[in-house]
Amino acid sequence: MAKAPAPNPWTKPRGEAIKLKVIPRPQRTAEVQSYVPAFLKGMSITMRHFFKNTKEMVLGQKPDPVLEGLEEGITTINYPEEKRPYPERFRGLHRLTLRQDDSPRCVACLCCSTACPAQCIHIVAAEYPEGDTRRGYERYPSSFVIDELRCIFCGFCVEACPCDAIRMDTGMHATAYDSREQFIYKRELLMSFTGRDGSRETANPRHEPGDETHPGVTREHMEH
Amino acid sequence: MEPLDLDISEGELELPSEPMMLNMGPSHPAMHGTIRIVVELSGELITKADVQIGYLHRGFEKMCERGTWTQVFPYVDRCNYVSPMLNNVGFALAVEKMMGVTVPERCQYYRVVLGELARICDHMICNGAMCMELGAFTPFLYHARARDIIWDIFEEETGARVTHSFGRVGGMAAPPTQYFKEMIRAGLPRVQKFLSDSERLLVKNRIFLDRLEGVGRISKEDALALGWTGPTLRSTGAAYDVRRAHPYLVYDRMEFDVPVGTTGDNYDRFMCRMEEIRQSMRIIDQALEQMPDEGPINIDDPRIMLPPKGEVYTTIEATIQHFKIVMEGIKVPAGECYSYTEGGNGELGFYMVSDGSGTPYRLRIRPPCFAVTQGLEQMITGLMIPDVVPTFGSLNMIGGECDH
Ligand code: SF4
Ligand code: SF4
Repeated sequence: MAKAPAPNPWTKPRGEAIKLKVIPRPQRTAEVQSYVPAFLKGMSITMRHFFKNTKEMVLGQKPDPVLEGLEEGITTINYPEEKRPYPERFRGLHRLTLRQDDSPRCVACLCCSTACPAQCIHIVAAEYPEGDTRRGYERYPSSFVIDELRCIFCGFCVEACPCDAIRMDTGMHATAYDSREQFIYKRELLMSFTGRDGSRETANPRHEPGDETHPGVTREHMEH
Repeated sequence: MEPLDLDISEGELELPSEPMMLNMGPSHPAMHGTIRIVVELSGELITKADVQIGYLHRGFEKMCERGTWTQVFPYVDRCNYVSPMLNNVGFALAVEKMMGVTVPERCQYYRVVLGELARICDHMICNGAMCMELGAFTPFLYHARARDIIWDIFEEETGARVTHSFGRVGGMAAPPTQYFKEMIRAGLPRVQKFLSDSERLLVKNRIFLDRLEGVGRISKEDALALGWTGPTLRSTGAAYDVRRAHPYLVYDRMEFDVPVGTTGDNYDRFMCRMEEIRQSMRIIDQALEQMPDEGPINIDDPRIMLPPKGEVYTTIEATIQHFKIVMEGIKVPAGECYSYTEGGNGELGFYMVSDGSGTPYRLRIRPPCFAVTQGLEQMITGLMIPDVVPTFGSLNMIGGECDH
């Protein structure tokens, strides 16, 4: 007896017969062959748009390209005078979020640079100097560079960060510069950006050294 | 001085009689996607054609071998850049098939809706570009405007208009936004309106019909022998649609027709795509109706999905889990598998081999355009030069996908 095939959840057996819809061949009626009616009808469609758009432009009744983008008529946005708000999930330029003492939240774990498919993040991790209370507790990025020219804005770095230290919610799209050097975003520049609402807050509720709420580092091996 | 023309006989004045060779492309306005066609002409008639692809070869398969399975998503985005979401979905399904997991129901509907939106974009741009190359610019603008509406929805959902990188193994990068269903329900009627406007401009127009009807014919047998799939195959009369023949996701619950043509000429291909757009809208309507509003999007498996951010920030277990997945990638069990879905142009297949590590050992894509482009040579031989443009346009060859 033939063994019943194992159920396969990815390709399911076809339930019903395929319903076909046969495409009819074009009707070469006299109306089509003489060309004129189709021409007039076509013209009426384009002219309807033309007159409507002209009328609205003259009378200043153009639909608002942002709020009424689905309306008929010209909904072109006159960038840069008019701008469209970017959606909440829009992936714009990166920023580094800060702690309350303005040091970066990043702990130089290199998750983001590993997850980056374009390999455009370069981080140099450093220890805090001798005597600093944070030495031996965590590290910090002494250099954090993103090559925005190489970046493909995939958002994997944001997903990979375990501290919510890197974000793409600046609401700024990639800018046009005239030299390659200007696309290399350094740590200070990345830290100077704020979120779209102007905040530097993060969703990370952990109290880190540098936050006022941090209880302080009390580990014995601190002073090594 | 001797007069020049006196003793030259007729025979010596003869013009060269070899056929004329002409290069079309790789940078030709009608050769979208960079392809080169060397045609041998006798007058305006094409006696021989040599289709040369490979101008957009980027080493896709090799590139995939250097990152994790998740890092392949940006690459598949750029394979068929007219409908990136279908590629995202196709690749995610392939890896899930290999791991033996299925995503929750809500995610399946989400993928179906996003995928069908991408299919609408794909078909609209193909048809629009084809009209534009025939001189009808207005329908192209209507289609581009309609596509913009869909792209706005994509931007709202995924954060990017074209290169979404939104699929993930075991789910999607984010759940649907709050206004997901409203947005689509408001946008699609408008898309429909643009489409019917452009259709009314075209299908009764004799010039348009003359350029399409009976031009670039291919028989069902030839198309099957060449490995054609998708709308181009269906236009010849073979009703093969992966969504119907081997339903994946929730396509088995959807009710839709498979449009088939009768002759396999440019007209059939054009109308097939038009009809498929309408069927896609039907699918979206049904999927939105059936899609649950609540429920998980990602599968509940800590070996595959990144733990929720809130836990990563606060608990050590989740942090370690997070590090393991980010640093080593998702471990796909050793083995091989072939997974196929219906892409914009036909059967989009991924054949993959895993050695059990977090990196693909080998990944092979079966791009639908590659097989379809094979047929171009035999279709345009015997036609006139101006017929090359609509014939090539109706195949919807996408360079990024065709050249791997
Ligand atoms: S968005 Fe993508 S490419 Fe850009 S830095 Fe982040 S991970 Fe790299
Ligand atoms: S930004 Fe985040 S992921 Fe990148 S090194 Fe800093 S803490 Fe790690």
